[in-house]
Amino acid sequence: MLLEVEDLRVQFHTRRGVVKAVDGVSFSVERGETLGLVGESGSGKSVSCLALMRLVEAPAGRIVGGRVVLDGQELLDLSEREMRDVRGGQISLILQDPLSSLNPAYTIGNQVAEAIRIHQGFKGKELTDSVVEILTAVGIPQAGQRLKQYPHQLSGGMRQRVAGAIALSCRPALLIADEPTTSLDATVQAQYLRLLSELQEEFRFGMIFVTHDLGIVARLCDRVAVMYAGRIVETGSTRQIFNEPAHPYAKALLATLPSLDSRKRRLLTVGGQPPIPVNLPPGCSFAPRCPEVMEICRETFPAQSVLSDRHRVLCWLHSPSGIPVTPVSHD
Amino acid sequence: MTTAEAAPARPEEGKARIRGRAASTSIRFPYISAVVLTLVLLVALFAPLIAPHDPEVGRLSNKLIPPMWQEGGTSEFPLGTDTLGRDIFTRILYGTRISLMVAVLATGLAGVLGTVVGLIAGFYRGWTETILMRLTDITLAFPLMLMAIVLVSVLGASLTNVLLVIVFLLWPYYARQIRGEALAVSEQDFVDLARVAGVSNRRILLRHILPNVMPSIGVLATLQVALIILLEASLSFLGVGIPPPTPAWGLMVADGRDLLGRAWWVSIIPGIAIFAVVLAANLFGDWMRDRFDPKLRQM
Repeated sequence: MLLEVEDLRVQFHTRRGVVKAVDGVSFSVERGETLGLVGESGSGKSVSCLALMRLVEAPAGRIVGGRVVLDGQELLDLSEREMRDVRGGQISLILQDPLSSLNPAYTIGNQVAEAIRIHQGFKGKELTDSVVEILTAVGIPQAGQRLKQYPHQLSGGMRQRVAGAIALSCRPALLIADEPTTSLDATVQAQYLRLLSELQEEFRFGMIFVTHDLGIVARLCDRVAVMYAGRIVETGSTRQIFNEPAHPYAKALLATLPSLDSRKRRLLTVGGQPPIPVNLPPGCSFAPRCPEVMEICRETFPAQSVLSDRHRVLCWLHSPSGIPVTPVSHD
Repeated sequence: MTTAEAAPARPEEGKARIRGRAASTSIRFPYISAVVLTLVLLVALFAPLIAPHDPEVGRLSNKLIPPMWQEGGTSEFPLGTDTLGRDIFTRILYGTRISLMVAVLATGLAGVLGTVVGLIAGFYRGWTETILMRLTDITLAFPLMLMAIVLVSVLGASLTNVLLVIVFLLWPYYARQIRGEALAVSEQDFVDLARVAGVSNRRILLRHILPNVMPSIGVLATLQVALIILLEASLSFLGVGIPPPTPAWGLMVADGRDLLGRAWWVSIIPGIAIFAVVLAANLFGDWMRDRFDPKLRQM
């Protein structure tokens, strides 16, 4: 197993109280595998990813518990210096906004070169060659002539490819892609996703793909984790989640996917707002919006139920006779 | 441009010509300002070689000789002489040294101090920022001219004190601007990504944030050069700046203020010198802003 996250907890101390942004999240990623992290804005997707790299912003945010094991190494125990090596060498990140991802003061050649120089120590012609090589690998035509261009001279899709080249230049074991296609238009988006799959096949990195676009998940991901209010409410293979969604929230999300063949004109939405995880009531946090809510849901948080091989859900509906199958540890 | 148009229009030349034209119209280099500033710089460096007379000692028998183009003028004193019979041309030449030295040193010191404070405040945030920025606000709250006069009066009028007071009063302008920009740049994703790539805070500050605020530092510095020259001249004019007999331009303007009716040249000529240098520095600062904004930068 490349990455194992167990019971990860991140809290933010705000004026209104303690926000449990990530509240006991567990998942794993294997080499060459893609995990889709799905959920509404504010469900804790991005914070979970930042927490993996120990980049939760201090002093407000703190990782208060859990384990993050990458390649057998416990990341939460490392010193800041050791962590820096892990960030540079083993984990990479691609973000949503490709313009903001690149430094406007340097040419793209310069920026890709810096990443390679730091991690591989190349110099001179060898350095230039590997810059051109990686830019070509991410599908930038005539890479050699574009080295002297500044980020503002490239299109959004090209910029995102450059950001990808920088992220991959250190040959990471794990790539975290936080909504990398959200700001690209549909055709460029499709190209970029295809490119990511190809690169993954070539470099065999594990990938966490954060998105709220279920269409992308269906196309790209091997497994899916659905997040709600800081918890993973359902996880399983993409096939399992799409064919037999168990959690009412996952069902509602899938129902919102527009389809061409359906007669209905209106696009469906999940009613209500996601809760702000401050001083949450003891029951299930989805209960106020849940169409299948029961008495017990409002009182006690559901335990994890194992539906089939690796398909797990946090919902009383799937806990036979209301008895937890596997109790969730709470401290 | 002329050569490109005169040359036979071959297809491969068309592109180069268009690019040349676009570049020349988008940002026009301020030639006159550059010439003035270069001249001032050269004069400051070589004043002893060019100047015909002693800047601080004159002969009373030569007092108030008008400029050479006026009746009674002589080519020995091309711009006339002052009440003590000192050659105004020589004093103007030496005056560039005072103005430039104060301007360059004060701009440099205030710039470095303000930039460091601004970068640290904008990047590290938290209580560091609070302390540094309150300090900046306090300094900015002083009325500039009044505070300068009071401080120099208390410390005593000397070149060093004028310099220190100007630095003390002007660093917060850099700090405030640079902090704001450092803050904006720090919020950009590439800073987070640099952190993800394992880059240290110091390196992020120097390599990723500093280059993006450099254009502002440059523009602010050039515009401050003008302000500082004016400030020093004002202080000297009021008698709390450079002490006589040093040929500071402000001091020279002050020397002639009672003589404006009889001997206009004593005040007006150094006044023109101040005006020309300040205007040139301002225009040059405007050009710097346009030229070094990375968003406007052409290939």
